[in-house]
Amino acid sequence: MNLTTLVFILLSVMAIGSAIMMISSKSPVHSVLWLIVVFFAISGHYILLNAQFLAIVNIIVYAGAIMVLFLFVVMLMNLNAETEPVKNYRLQLVGVITGGALLLVLVSAVMKIDVEQLVEMKVGDQGLIKVLGMNLFKNYVVPFEISSVLFLSAMIGAVVIGKKDETANH
Amino acid sequence: MLLAIDLGLVIEKLILIVVVISASLVIAMYTTFAERKVAAILQDRRGPNRAGPFGLLQPLADGLKLFFKEEIIPNFSNKFLFILGPALAMLTAMMTSAIIPWGNKLELFGREISLQITDVNVGVLYVFGVVSLGVYGIMIGSWASNNKFSLMGGLRAASQIISYELAMGISMIALLMVTGTLSLKEMVVQQQAGYWNIVKQPLGFLIFLICAFAECNRTPFDLPEAENELIGGYHTEYSSMKLGFFLFAEYINMFVSSVIMATLFFGGYDIPFFNEATLSPNIAAILGIVALMAKVVFFIFLFMWVRWTIPRFRYDQLMHLGWRILIPLALFNMLATGASILYFQ
Repeated sequence: MNLTTLVFILLSVMAIGSAIMMISSKSPVHSVLWLIVVFFAISGHYILLNAQFLAIVNIIVYAGAIMVLFLFVVMLMNLNAETEPVKNYRLQLVGVITGGALLLVLVSAVMKIDVEQLVEMKVGDQGLIKVLGMNLFKNYVVPFEISSVLFLSAMIGAVVIGKKDETANH
Repeated sequence: MLLAIDLGLVIEKLILIVVVISASLVIAMYTTFAERKVAAILQDRRGPNRAGPFGLLQPLADGLKLFFKEEIIPNFSNKFLFILGPALAMLTAMMTSAIIPWGNKLELFGREISLQITDVNVGVLYVFGVVSLGVYGIMIGSWASNNKFSLMGGLRAASQIISYELAMGISMIALLMVTGTLSLKEMVVQQQAGYWNIVKQPLGFLIFLICAFAECNRTPFDLPEAENELIGGYHTEYSSMKLGFFLFAEYINMFVSSVIMATLFFGGYDIPFFNEATLSPNIAAILGIVALMAKVVFFIFLFMWVRWTIPRFRYDQLMHLGWRILIPLALFNMLATGASILYFQ
């Protein structure tokens, strides 16, 4: 076993373990904090794949901005285990069935994994910022622009929804 | 193999890390002393002058006092998160120093030692990542305190840092367009050869400076700990060295952001109007560190000068400045930079 495999296994245990903790912890704030740990583990995986740009953007955008807002909202709402409404029996049954279906798909995917070679060793420089930028702005410039227009419209939509109350009062 | 290990390199980097971290700690320690002295001068007082010659031992006395204070952890708080808060604040404050080029190469024992812990591929983005994580220490600490004033302080810190991060990021993009590189080392080398970046990006620097004040929670942006509204803000429930860590992290942040500003806009370890290549490399490297530190001292003084001159903003003024003034200005700066790059091409 070489060092890369060892790091891979460590990161995977960290990612899966904290994902389980995120689902199972009672307090929503703890769930958010565990999710942040998951993002860090995934960033570690990106670095193993030599995709440093993706790793750092994952931390800036997800761990640094989106999760701060999540934490912000959860802290403001002051959710507690006691005030959380208990889901009824039928909803729980639906949850079990959909979760079971997902598990089936995941297990069948895991069955196909080649256990002999756990990690890719020579991963190349596809994830480095220069290569990524060249690809995005030369080969995929139209999809890139379309998705940025999509983001812009989502942003404007959010502002419109946020402004709604102000106009209703006057 | 992706992770190959060279023992000499490991030892060299370990020594460098220890030196950089302890130097930042000592500088931050004496920044607290300098803050009190500068405040005293600006308010026509004498300031601390009892402990040691000129009061130079004052930071040690302060540290000892904090260590020996009784430690109180509130009954209804989450103990682990309560301790994690200040620890994270310290950690994120120290992490940025890893990619700063403190000077050029030193030649010792036949080895070329680069005075930068690591020159990562993503460079400036790493600084951003760490800065955006900096708010967690405050948020987690404030939530774990189980106190509404603390929570208000934490929420203020979160929204303030998110708001100012945007303008900071956009002003940095304009700088990246000019330099064409993400590596801090490469930026310093470019500035040694040509003009400092402040000449090319004056507006960008101004925006960056204001956002740096906001990210460090310094007056006039210290609303997370506004004592006349929130008692002590996010550290209301903290005592002893945990409080010390929160306060100390602010000074480390101040030091690190001064270094970043000096490196990005003021030539880093470049000595102005002087060609370093005429000296032997070791002397040039040491003079470079001195030059960088001189620039840093200026910025730290600026931080203090502003703190003791300008009163605190109201919260709506803070949000107005961030979203309605700084972000449009930063966007304009980015557009203007892009247009002038195209024009002069």
